[in-house]
Amino acid sequence: MEAFLFYFFFVMAIGAAVGVVLSKSPVGSLLFMVTTLFAISAEFVLLEAHFLAAVQVIVYAGAIMVLFLFVIMLLNLGHDYRQDLRVGVFSLAWVVVVSAMAGVVGWRTRGGEGLAASGAGAQEIQAALEQYGAVGAIAQPLYTTYVVPFEITGILLLVAIVGALVLAKRNA
Amino acid sequence: MDYQPISGVWSYVAMSLKVTLIFTVVMVVVAYTTLAERRVSAWIQDRHGPNRVGPFGLLQPIADGIKNILKEETLPATASRVFFILAPILVLFPSLVTFAVIPIAAPLPTPAGVVDMIIADIPIGILYVLAFSSLAVYGVVLGGWASNNKYAFLGGLRASAQMVSYEVALGLSLLAVLMLAGNVTLTEIVWQQQQLGMWFAFPLSLAFILFVISAFAETNRLPFDMPEAESELVTGYHTEYSAMKFSAFMISEFGHMVTASALMATLFLGGWDLPGSWDNAHWYQGQLISGFAADGSVILASPALWKTLATFGGFAAKTGFFLVLYIWIRWTLPRFRYDQVMSLGWKVMLPTALAYAMLMAGTILTLDEIGLAYGFGYGLVLTAVSGMATVGFVFMLDRGRTITGAAAQRTQRIQTKTIQVGEAGHPQPEEAA
Repeated sequence: MEAFLFYFFFVMAIGAAVGVVLSKSPVGSLLFMVTTLFAISAEFVLLEAHFLAAVQVIVYAGAIMVLFLFVIMLLNLGHDYRQDLRVGVFSLAWVVVVSAMAGVVGWRTRGGEGLAASGAGAQEIQAALEQYGAVGAIAQPLYTTYVVPFEITGILLLVAIVGALVLAKRNA
Repeated sequence: MDYQPISGVWSYVAMSLKVTLIFTVVMVVVAYTTLAERRVSAWIQDRHGPNRVGPFGLLQPIADGIKNILKEETLPATASRVFFILAPILVLFPSLVTFAVIPIAAPLPTPAGVVDMIIADIPIGILYVLAFSSLAVYGVVLGGWASNNKYAFLGGLRASAQMVSYEVALGLSLLAVLMLAGNVTLTEIVWQQQQLGMWFAFPLSLAFILFVISAFAETNRLPFDMPEAESELVTGYHTEYSAMKFSAFMISEFGHMVTASALMATLFLGGWDLPGSWDNAHWYQGQLISGFAADGSVILASPALWKTLATFGGFAAKTGFFLVLYIWIRWTLPRFRYDQVMSLGWKVMLPTALAYAMLMAGTILTLDEIGLAYGFGYGLVLTAVSGMATVGFVFMLDRGRTITGAAAQRTQRIQTKTIQVGEAGHPQPEEAA
């Protein structure tokens, strides 16, 4: 049952990702992208990474994509980009992307690397889950071992926000 | 007697029964909340309200349902067909699935094992609710956009801005609850309130107030119903919808109300917990316990059918209280202006929630460092700190207008009257105001 669900959401994620590129309207692309994120989040649940699944939906599908939708609707983006697409370039890019993806998938399934987590790492994760719970297992290393990179990332985002404000104010 | 969780074939039976039962009950409650809204509004406005269909109008929701199914559906010629049909589906789905993680009663003992009165006790609990409620905005926004109608579109835009803004305050006010409970699953949050000996509404009073305000904004209810402000936008994002599609929007709005009420009851009023420790029950290392003795050993719980029923009654009463509060406030307060909604969200709620989360984190850390045991005394200290924060917040929010303002007006009025009495022979209106 779980394997079936896993492949179901796998196909859903890939199909929706293709839909993002192929959809004719920007809103359609956006909804396909939300579907992709949702399907990936479902994959996380099936892999027992509950916290990642929740964060994926809350942050990406629930906040960032809503902002995208807001902008697309406010500017009422239409089809004026279509004439910029040249068939030759487009099909070349298509061939490159598809063959690269096929190569990666083929390499992974041929046994390049193991897919399932096993051994000491898996046991460590299991122990952390039992001790701290689904959220605590992420929070514990994030706020102890990796607190400096975490804070630096936060400052980076703050810098980006200030930069965006400066640019917006200068134009106005 | 040693209690074990239900397992094997019977667990599937119990699960399907629970899903069917809870879904049915939520839908019936939604239907009767629509009736309650009309009856309570009539009562507040000194009218009769719908009282013709069945005794006291009790069959009105059924009549409304039949009417909505039989009515003609319209599809605007310029609407984008796919999104127009997709929107009511998207809006209905999140409001119905969020109930799955809310515990509704004490565990029920059956011959095959103990059944937890919750559909899915998943490890992320409240985060699941946040995830799905953040998806609810898509249906509203898409409905507004796909209608190809200016009013509907404005309603959709407002909804997206408002729901994103208040989600921040909602999440931050939740932080205090999660810090005190130390876990994100709702069963654990109920259990911690039983252990603390008081419901979180007291030790986290300001978080409670902020959460209730944000929940009102998230469900688009008055005074925050900007997306469907009748006086400005016809009916906002569902202007172009008719018959059952319109009904889907209504069901989802009331479904959100029911879920938000249940959530407020669970987070701040102890969920299904009733006063006293007789009903406490929680799975701890494979045993169903009701608490810890002074020496740290466990006290086993004794679940019973009457306890389950009594706690379910308590849960229903608390949820019902918030539902009535929703309706009561709708017919009491006028609608905010759009800029007022935004400035309340970003300039008042967000900084307050942030400061309060810091205050509570500091207090909880200090109490833990001192080594005060988690219990009633612990709760009292938090209640005192939160109480001061709440008084400060109300005072700041008042800005000398409502509470102090009314007092000032009263003294002024008394003075005016005294002057009028003094100037005899000059008939004047009784009050200058």
